Amino acid sequence: MRGAKTMQWSALAAAVALAATACGGSDGDGGSAAGKPAGYVSMFNGEPQHPLMPSNTNEKFGGYVIDALFTGLVGYDAKGGLVNMNAESVDTKDNKTWTVKLKKGWKFHDGTDVTAESYVKAWNWMANVKNKQANSYWFGDIKGYEDVHPEKGDPKKDEMSGLKVVDDQTFTIELSEPVPYFEYKLGYKTFTPLPESFYKDPKGFGQKPVGNGPYEFQKWTHNKLIQVKAVDSYKGSNKAKNKGIQFKNYSKLESAYQDALSGNLDLVDGVGPKDLPKRKADFGDRALDVPYAGTQSIVPAFYSKPFKDVDPKVIQGLSMAIDRKTITKTVLQGTRIPSKGFTPPQVKGYQKLDTDVLSYNPKKAKQYIEDGGGIPGNKIWIQYNADGGHKEWVTAVCNSITKATGVKCVGDSKPDFQTDLEGRQADKVKGMYRGGWLADYPLNINFMQDLYKTGASTNYGRFSDKKVDELFTKGDHADSLEASVKDYQAAEKELLKKMPSIPLWDYAANIVHGEDIDGVKVGFDGNVLITDITVK
Amino acid sequence: MGRYVARRLLQMIPVFIGSTLLIFSMMYALPGDPVAALYGEKQPDPAQIAAIKHQLGMDLPLWHQYWNYLIGLFQGDFGTQIATQRPVADVIEQAFPVTIRLTLFAFVFTVLVGVLLGMVSGLFADKAFDRIVLIFTLLLISIPSFVLGYLFQYLFAFQLDWLTPTVQDSRDIGQLLLPAIVLAALSLAYVTRLTRTSVAENLRADYIRTAIAKGLPRRRVVGIHLLRNSLIPVVTFLGTDIGALMAGAVVTEGIFNVHGVGNTIFEALNRREGSTVVGIATLIVIVYLVASLLVDLLYAVLDPRIRYD
Repeated sequence: MRGAKTMQWSALAAAVALAATACGGSDGDGGSAAGKPAGYVSMFNGEPQHPLMPSNTNEKFGGYVIDALFTGLVGYDAKGGLVNMNAESVDTKDNKTWTVKLKKGWKFHDGTDVTAESYVKAWNWMANVKNKQANSYWFGDIKGYEDVHPEKGDPKKDEMSGLKVVDDQTFTIELSEPVPYFEYKLGYKTFTPLPESFYKDPKGFGQKPVGNGPYEFQKWTHNKLIQVKAVDSYKGSNKAKNKGIQFKNYSKLESAYQDALSGNLDLVDGVGPKDLPKRKADFGDRALDVPYAGTQSIVPAFYSKPFKDVDPKVIQGLSMAIDRKTITKTVLQGTRIPSKGFTPPQVKGYQKLDTDVLSYNPKKAKQYIEDGGGIPGNKIWIQYNADGGHKEWVTAVCNSITKATGVKCVGDSKPDFQTDLEGRQADKVKGMYRGGWLADYPLNINFMQDLYKTGASTNYGRFSDKKVDELFTKGDHADSLEASVKDYQAAEKELLKKMPSIPLWDYAANIVHGEDIDGVKVGFDGNVLITDITVK
Repeated sequence: MGRYVARRLLQMIPVFIGSTLLIFSMMYALPGDPVAALYGEKQPDPAQIAAIKHQLGMDLPLWHQYWNYLIGLFQGDFGTQIATQRPVADVIEQAFPVTIRLTLFAFVFTVLVGVLLGMVSGLFADKAFDRIVLIFTLLLISIPSFVLGYLFQYLFAFQLDWLTPTVQDSRDIGQLLLPAIVLAALSLAYVTRLTRTSVAENLRADYIRTAIAKGLPRRRVVGIHLLRNSLIPVVTFLGTDIGALMAGAVVTEGIFNVHGVGNTIFEALNRREGSTVVGIATLIVIVYLVASLLVDLLYAVLDPRIRYD
């Protein structure tokens, strides 16, 4: 009897074990030991948050893959200049009607032609509120956007009246109002064409996209990797110099760093705080810090107790109380560059502001705050999300302010970015919040309009100033891009007087890479230019 | 026995419903809107948010949402992720086997090494070997698992070059060896100590003296009489440990980049993917329930005096 029972027990255990191994199934990946085909580059990435769709991807992990698979009308060079990609020309006479001519002979990876229709139909689909694309607001400039994307209810039409196909290679875009810098916006990844096959199965497309870019989609093993293969017949100027890319999914920068160190991974475009101090020792000149168009700031909430009806002089004083040089050097390990203005140097229209507001001067800081009438309660808060590694520098900034001016400064930690954002959207920031902005397109306009215009989408500080708004509007109605940029430069000077935020420092991409690859360059947005990487 | 099992299985139903309801409402109560988060830093588009919420049934009252969730669950539908639009069942199917393997690996390691070490040191209590084991297990208990993880990584991957520092293929059993050992380290120490104490105590028990007096061979006395009785507290610990190992893999999975349940639930929690969190937590609850049932049944196997009728 006893024997029988023992048998039962072991049979049960065996069954559990069997079930555990069996339900895994085989992956069928094949490939070499490291699983990477020859000539491919493997790089750190994470699981894209959304299905792979240009108009629904607004985060970095998915963005890399979208940029590899799709090429839009225009792109940007390393200095933020505009280059034609799929477009032969983008012309306008009045900044309102834009004529786009496409280059001939471009094909989607399924062999079909890229035509004017591929763009127009795709944009109409992407902008439609029914399709719930996160980037649909990008089409908001186009005439007829309200018809397909009303603020409430169902769309009235399927097509925007502003988009017209002229012939196979030509289409026109009519805007509801002139936008001198509209061409710049066209470089954003949502303005891509889609092949005809997309409309049959949009959902399946998100798992297996067909693009027109330098790489074609190979496979997506969820939570493990996404692999794309270089397209030989690709006609664009950014033809891949390697055979393909493997985007490998890591949940932590630290583990990717370890893999790069041991040679299992070619490239990591971020270094965790733990590894920052030793990255130069570990990788030598294969540890790069490349500045790009992104800034960090702290933004006063103009409805909060400390900053309601505040004299801008007080905010200028707070700005002068922050020792940016020391903090970027010590706390941030030299990975950030102290701000010299409201825009980073990598965008068109960057200017040197003649100011001492952005440099450390404890004496003046104290004076300015006193002259401005001080802060109610003599206490400020800086709201930040604890999941993003901001705690250290917020503390340092606070200490710097308190030490220089005697104003009490406290970090107001929210558990994660979503809670932080919810507080901002609901106007519940106690004093200031941590602001960060990465360029969508490399123009100074992008660093001001969305952030400081009255009622703008990301103006969570609820800053509102008549003169600034006027200058913005003037810039938006300028005759040319150059004039528009100039007007915004004037607006930036005005911002310095009004202080809608305190710029802290600009970002740099921290990259480490292995010995097998070369040619690692970074675009204006901080992303590695993957097509330029060569394999030794 | 059969009736006992049936009763226990029935008891699982209220526990199951209670725990899912609890987790479900906790996810509901957390601040941060997962749909709004789709838009990143930009102020989201209210029309679109409403449309997405309506499609996912997130505009319904809590009880209705929970009811829909339960109904779906009974039809084998775990719901859909908000951001990725993938069925939660797919996400779970990808993560669970990895963690089950990791856990099983850690578990087997714990049982084999822990019981063996514990028995030997219990048999030779207060001898040199016993002292060494005690110090060793004390070390294991006091070192946090992430320190141990990085230490192992440094030692075995960078100094000795035996393994890759992180897991390249989460489904490859060989590569899971290192994370499994790190994961098992804490339980191993507990199992060793539990077994040791139990063995050392039972060694002085009457029935052992009787067995020896009867003239039974030493192997039989230790292997059958002593071990079986000494294992009862250990089995209790191991039963609850299976669940703890699964849930506790967050740290280890992070260090070694294993794409299992720990990682998935952590990510889902960050993104407020309620259905994913509830789905995984539900499965872990079931694992706990089944494990504790198995433990109770094992008592009867180990100790013939215990009967379930």
